[in-house]
Amino acid sequence: MNTRPSLFSLTFSLPLLIWQLAFFLFPLAFLVALSFWTVRNFQMQPDFDTVNWVKIYSRSVFWDAYFRTLLLASASAVLISLTAFPASYAISFKLGENAKRWMIFVLIIPFFTSYLVRVYSLQVFLSDAGILNAFLGYLGLGPYSMLNNSFGTLTGYATLCLPLVILLQVFSLNFVNRDLVEAAHNMRCGRLRTVLEVIIPSAKAGLVIAGLFAFILSFGDFVSPLYLGGGNPPTLSIMITDITKSGQQWPRAAVVALTMIATLLTVAFAAIKFAYREAGK
Amino acid sequence: MTAKLTHPTRRALLKSAAGAALATPFLSIRAAAETVNLSMLAWYGHAEPDVVGEFEELHNVKFIPKYYTGGDNMLGLIAQSPPGTYDVILSDAEYVQQLNAAGYIEELDPNDYAFDDFFPEFQRFPGHWKDGKLYSVITRFGFLGISYNAEVLSESDAASYNIFGDSRLTGKLGHFDWHLPNLGQISLLNGNPDPFDLSDEAWQQVQDSTMALRGQVGGFFDYGGTFSSLKNGQMTAFAGIGDWITGVLEKNGANVRTAIPEEGGLQWTESFSIGKGSRNQEMARKWIQYITSPEGQAKSADMAAYPALIPNKKGWVQLNDANPAEAKRQNMVLGSRNAIDLIREGRIKYRQLPVQQSLEDWNDFWSDYKGA
Repeated sequence: MNTRPSLFSLTFSLPLLIWQLAFFLFPLAFLVALSFWTVRNFQMQPDFDTVNWVKIYSRSVFWDAYFRTLLLASASAVLISLTAFPASYAISFKLGENAKRWMIFVLIIPFFTSYLVRVYSLQVFLSDAGILNAFLGYLGLGPYSMLNNSFGTLTGYATLCLPLVILLQVFSLNFVNRDLVEAAHNMRCGRLRTVLEVIIPSAKAGLVIAGLFAFILSFGDFVSPLYLGGGNPPTLSIMITDITKSGQQWPRAAVVALTMIATLLTVAFAAIKFAYREAGK
Repeated sequence: MTAKLTHPTRRALLKSAAGAALATPFLSIRAAAETVNLSMLAWYGHAEPDVVGEFEELHNVKFIPKYYTGGDNMLGLIAQSPPGTYDVILSDAEYVQQLNAAGYIEELDPNDYAFDDFFPEFQRFPGHWKDGKLYSVITRFGFLGISYNAEVLSESDAASYNIFGDSRLTGKLGHFDWHLPNLGQISLLNGNPDPFDLSDEAWQQVQDSTMALRGQVGGFFDYGGTFSSLKNGQMTAFAGIGDWITGVLEKNGANVRTAIPEEGGLQWTESFSIGKGSRNQEMARKWIQYITSPEGQAKSADMAAYPALIPNKKGWVQLNDANPAEAKRQNMVLGSRNAIDLIREGRIKYRQLPVQQSLEDWNDFWSDYKGA
């Protein structure tokens, strides 16, 4: 067996490796180094000082923001997964081939316009005198406060993640073996029980990864908490911009960023391990 | 004649083509030799055609703007670029001293600028001069007070900062997301004669008074968010801003305005300096002369990005001739009670960096307040 990689395989695998090194690993290493630098008179100076870590980690406002962001992103992953599932199930199991293709096309359309534009236009729907409250007013309800709070932030997260989560769920449900569903029905398993005990376990990996995507995108998102959540109260991404704005404290912002990256890596590894764990083990 | 132009004879075509070919090098040499690229570091809007267009044509200059948001951002940008990167630098007054201390700006000759035309208050603006030497020339300023939606609040409602605690503003009070103007206003409410020179006790009281408003706050907004939430009525009142935001909205038909309450208002002040090591000092000087001249001042007052008051008395006259409506809207009419009278009555305090505390203390409190 020839152990030397062929020119063919290198041509295709090297660019990816170089890309990862240049645009992920090196910047990450730089971010670690940066977190030990100091700032004097608005100028960053190479240094090895733990002051930034101590300063950020000793402030309760950081931990409040951290757990708030964690909670919001988890809520976003769970709520969006739950909202998406009935739609994905219907698309995958109930629609004909042609209708399915159309639905997938429809789910891709939101990506044609910028996320920032979509979020800005949502303000028109969610504000106190906005379209939704006007509509609820006709029904004798409201007005409800939907902007500049966590509801606004979560609506923004859903704008960002919902189409993607439905798509990922649809693709994983498409791979569920239809014979298993039929077998369950033959054994007089009810519809709901079939979904819970046959379909969801078979599509578990895809469903978990869809939820993971929602978590990752929401955890780092800046646009929704600022423009729909009103920065009230702030998430970690808003905190990063605040820190860089006040006194050019990029090293302290690096500490927050590294904490976010560590959290995302931990959650991603745990989710993937859970997704691919064999039943019974 | 038309037939001649659309179907020229061979001779006519050759003649005009040859003429054009001969003239072309002269055109390009002329243009290349004289166009000066002048780099400007400024808040958004200062190098847009409505302000610089006429000057660019007059002096064959092309402005290369670099826009910043906030003094810290500006200092960071200068710190990270080689000397001479920016020819002209627009700065808020409280940051001029820091620019000067860091050696980022050139000393200026006061005789180059028409200070005699300025209102006396602005002939020696604090911070722009150091040891009798001039480093920056004031070009415009504005007041910060209570900005409010006039459909919900009346002018008498907005006569005191106490309105921030009113039940009508619960969840409807917006903050422009910068500690200095917001905390300065609360400091005025607390009756501090110099809102930024606070003893530890007074500083603690400002923190307590601010924290008491936390339940009223509907959000913390950047420039764009401030505009949209005032415009769509989501926020009824704003702390920390002034006519520089509401003036733009008002000119576009929104029913919002800014009042200077009885506890007083704050003043922001913008001035131009010449960057240390600039290779276009002559042109930079001409620009500052232009923007502080009556014509330049009238343009500056009505700048599309955000309007402002102007320090040049002759500029007021020019503005009243050219654009009386805007002069009236901004209260810059000579001979009647106007913006300068507010200053003379002592109702306006300059926005400054904290005197007794460090900027970091104020920053830290502001992030605690936001996170609370």
